[in-house]
Amino acid sequence: MTSLPAPALSETAMALCILCIFLVPFALPGLALINTGLGRSRSSAHSMMASLCMFAVAALTYFVCGFSWQGFIGLPAHSFSVGGKAWSLIAAEPFFMRGLDFNGSSASLAAWLQILCVGLAALIPLGAGSDRWRLSASCASTALLAGWTYPLFAHWVWGGGWLAQLGVNYGLGHGFIDAGGSSSIQVVGGLTALSIAWILGPRRGKYSSNGMPAAIPGHNSVFVLFGCLLAWVGWLGLNSAGAILFTGMEIGRVPLVAVNTTLAAVSAGLTAAIVTRTRFGKPDASITANGWIGGLVASSAGCAILKPAAAVIVGAVAGALVTQAVDRFEFSLKVDDPGGAISVHALGGIWGVLAVGLFAAFSGSAPGQFLAQLIGIATLIGFVLPLTYGLNWLLNRLHPQRVAADGERQGMDLHELGADAYPEFVTHTEEFIQR
Amino acid sequence: MKLTGFLLLLAGWGIVLSALALLGSAAAQTGFVLAGVAVEGLGLGMVARAHSILVEDEA
Repeated sequence: MTSLPAPALSETAMALCILCIFLVPFALPGLALINTGLGRSRSSAHSMMASLCMFAVAALTYFVCGFSWQGFIGLPAHSFSVGGKAWSLIAAEPFFMRGLDFNGSSASLAAWLQILCVGLAALIPLGAGSDRWRLSASCASTALLAGWTYPLFAHWVWGGGWLAQLGVNYGLGHGFIDAGGSSSIQVVGGLTALSIAWILGPRRGKYSSNGMPAAIPGHNSVFVLFGCLLAWVGWLGLNSAGAILFTGMEIGRVPLVAVNTTLAAVSAGLTAAIVTRTRFGKPDASITANGWIGGLVASSAGCAILKPAAAVIVGAVAGALVTQAVDRFEFSLKVDDPGGAISVHALGGIWGVLAVGLFAAFSGSAPGQFLAQLIGIATLIGFVLPLTYGLNWLLNRLHPQRVAADGERQGMDLHELGADAYPEFVTHTEEFIQR
Repeated sequence: MKLTGFLLLLAGWGIVLSALALLGSAAAQTGFVLAGVAVEGLGLGMVARAHSILVEDEA
């Protein structure tokens, strides 16, 4: 068992960090509104209800066992030695956060931030499972994510794990860098979304017999676009707090984080609008929103170390990537992802992590940073994806995740909740009977 | 096909970890990490193809 020295925070840094963490919850309704708006109207109450329940399950599961696997720098962890170098695999904290003193220490602030982060990661797969993912199954899947998949990878990145130590152990730059969670929150959530989309299969009627997808547009663009603005506020807090806690950034650099986050989001949103305007003649609201979120996702990893011009490039590439990927998943790969969660969070996050290796501006030289980032991406695709798919496949065997055919036809609101979100819009046949 | 794809994903990750633990020179490490990522790409492609075939058959 090993432990690294814990980072110390000044009182000012602690106060600023607390302020930033208070902003993070805005990202949760942001994502929930986007998922709901991009789904069908007959499943909208179900989507918001699922968001609430999934956040609750994620927070409780993380409290019970998640933090004990994830830990934090300076807290004990299980390691093994390879060639004389320690590989920290998993934290060794007691369950129920019993090892933590909530006294403003960096570990206690990290635990608070992580409860919100794991909730954010849990909401991502909901976008891919929209209109067909049972409420109970989505909660069970969230428990697996928050109790095992997320804490394990987050320990490797943020808890002093082997990915974070690539610099110290193997001279690869500063080790794997991800200040705001492009990998540990977004890609982990995005790969879980991909697993869920594969396991659930497409919505009924999505693909014709010749394999062509039918357009099933989202029901409320206002929700989606308002969700983007809320998410932006949440991301400002997430990236700033993450950079202070997990990279030891000086608080004087918080404005840089805010500028980078904002520039990446706006350039991504604008790129998506321009690309869709060029392709379809008019800008597409839902894809522009996906581009905006893709920019936020990509900004997280390098928010504290990129120059603003690099953040603009990162955002623009993320916007273009998301726009192309949404079509590619739907048309070529036959993945029905109503919320665009896979393109936005998995691909956007991978690009953000890679961008650190390409554009990071360190004070000294840091050879091998690109390789460190690449090893992190290889771990996400080669380990996290099989793990999260395997867990959800097993869950599907024990407790089927897809709603029955009747439920899908009826709508998730009526089938699972017993009431529609918009009852006044329901057309009753007796209204058309002449009296 | 899907199972083979997932096994390739794990194998690719194994190559990456082995390169890190066993190889000393930066060039060799980079080469093997890239090879591992390529194997993962192959695995991902197989899983994705297996899924799209399944959807086409069901449609």
